[in-house]
Amino acid sequence: MDALIQSKSKARQRLLIEAGIVAAIALLLLFVIPPILVGSGQGFRVNLLGRYLALAIAALGIDLIWGFTGILSLGQGVFFALGGYSLAMFLLLQLPDGQLPDFFSPYGVTELPWLWQPFYSLPFTLFAIVFIPTIVAATLGYLVFRNRIRGVYFSILTQAALIVFFNFFNGQQKLINGTNGLKTDTATIFGQTVSSPPVQAFLYTLTILLLVGGYALSRWLTSGRSGRLLVAVRDDEARMRFSGYDPTMFKVLVFAISAGLAGIAGALYTVQSGIITPQAMNIAFSIEMVIWVAVGGRATIVGAILGTLIVNFAKSILSERFPQFWYFFQGGLFLIVVTVLPGGILGWLREDGVRLVRSQINKRRPLQTYPSLEEDPGVQYERKNLANRESDG
Amino acid sequence: MSEKILQIENLTVDFDGFRALNNLNFSLDTGELRVIIGPNGAGKTTFLDVITGKTKPTTGQVTFKGKSTKGNVEYQIARLGVGRKFQTPRIYLNLTPRENLELSCNRYKNVWNALFGKPSSAERRTVAGLIETIGLDAKADLKAALLSHGEKQRLEIGMLVAQSPDLLLVDEPVAGLTDEETENVGNLLLALAESHSIIVIEHDMEFVRQIARKVTVLHQGTVLCEGSMDEVQNDPRVIEVYLGKQEDDRAAA
Repeated sequence: MDALIQSKSKARQRLLIEAGIVAAIALLLLFVIPPILVGSGQGFRVNLLGRYLALAIAALGIDLIWGFTGILSLGQGVFFALGGYSLAMFLLLQLPDGQLPDFFSPYGVTELPWLWQPFYSLPFTLFAIVFIPTIVAATLGYLVFRNRIRGVYFSILTQAALIVFFNFFNGQQKLINGTNGLKTDTATIFGQTVSSPPVQAFLYTLTILLLVGGYALSRWLTSGRSGRLLVAVRDDEARMRFSGYDPTMFKVLVFAISAGLAGIAGALYTVQSGIITPQAMNIAFSIEMVIWVAVGGRATIVGAILGTLIVNFAKSILSERFPQFWYFFQGGLFLIVVTVLPGGILGWLREDGVRLVRSQINKRRPLQTYPSLEEDPGVQYERKNLANRESDG
Repeated sequence: MSEKILQIENLTVDFDGFRALNNLNFSLDTGELRVIIGPNGAGKTTFLDVITGKTKPTTGQVTFKGKSTKGNVEYQIARLGVGRKFQTPRIYLNLTPRENLELSCNRYKNVWNALFGKPSSAERRTVAGLIETIGLDAKADLKAALLSHGEKQRLEIGMLVAQSPDLLLVDEPVAGLTDEETENVGNLLLALAESHSIIVIEHDMEFVRQIARKVTVLHQGTVLCEGSMDEVQNDPRVIEVYLGKQEDDRAAA
């Protein structure tokens, strides 16, 4: 029992350290990095950083469903767009009474479509950003998972859903401005233009806070029993069933949560980039999201955030220099990660990186005998126990 | 106790015209250890699939503890108290043996409990005891993927026990094990038989002789005969279909 209490207090200590590191990074992002970027004449990169941090929230969702649970969803763009459109509709309705958003007039629409009505309300909008994607994912997920559609078939289905939603949003000019999308940067909120610096600074802060929240949620979900069950779904669903668990409900839960995270990400990304169009439901974009997680490292949580930032900053810097070649870089990056670093950047750091650093600074104790004797836990255990027995006698 | 824990009546399973099970009748007393043998393709695994709800019977019904299992899916039947061990060990490779056992030991298997529940200290003690029983103390906190085949087999049997089912279905538990390990598994099953009802499917005749009290022979999806090991071995029909025809006798012996 002593060992148990000890391990518990150790776990709490580790949790505190982790919380400290997360808080430190958040503060760094909030108060140190923006002035540095502005000071070096790269002020626009703060906005980019904010957008990429928003994308990282969607990547967290993909890490949960793909990294931990092993379900590859290629349709996260749907949820991203649903969140983005929800907030954009709210912002476009911030008008004097009786006026309609500008884009309606060329189509001859004189009355606000019923779909827009609830978006006058801020509480409803906030609810919609998270829960419309969640409900759509839970419904789709329940139907698919209950019928035991798995693996690549599920991936194809999510991609098909993506195309359905894309075509719907693309074709509805009179409802949501079709392919032109909704522009939010000239809209006003609380009397300020959305693209004005104070609002953008607020959105940047909000993004960081929500990312921290998303990180905490992911950590909580993937630790303890629920985390082990997610891994169990990935490892052997049949075993789970025959042990009395219903994998369907666990899969629906994780799919719904990942969709909710994508919705939040979409809303935050939209208001920081100033526009949401059906291109958010482009197939390539949803696949890109998976690439971020693969680059950072599956099932690592931090890796999802790191991968998103690295890939997107690489994208923005490389596409400034070599506008035509970004897609080659991206494809190359994915190939390298899949073939050379299957665990992603973080997986590599945890496995080989630690070994490399240790061997460089010679911290590792050189082996005295054979590795099997030095490192086999069974042998170690016996040695420890035999030693105890001797001291007893 | 002569109450029937499992009763199967007129069970037929048709796979697109292929009869895997054909009008099969079977019953198991509470607390009984039964071994099922039969040549390849006799329908042994399908038989377990039907009991555990993986395969739906075309006709006929399965009654477990006096209730029909019709309409229940795998996890519901597992919760009724049927545990199954597969031919090749099925464990969660990316979890440690301790975590594997904990998941099986957990009584409340809904999503809510997975999110907010914590293993009780009684569960933790059960798991610690089981780890010792299956001899994995030293490797309890390593990934299960690193275990050897025999250790995985033992871990899966441990998971089955942790689930504490009333009926254990064990599919070829000693495939690929050494003689010593085989005997260990046999003793483990005999010990379990004191408090559980068990059905074992096996090919290894030495092993069957070690554990069997009553043997059922399946052939072409139906019960060929039932009885003690000696009775079954001397049954001319069994000799013909399973142990080989006269001219193969020498090879079989």
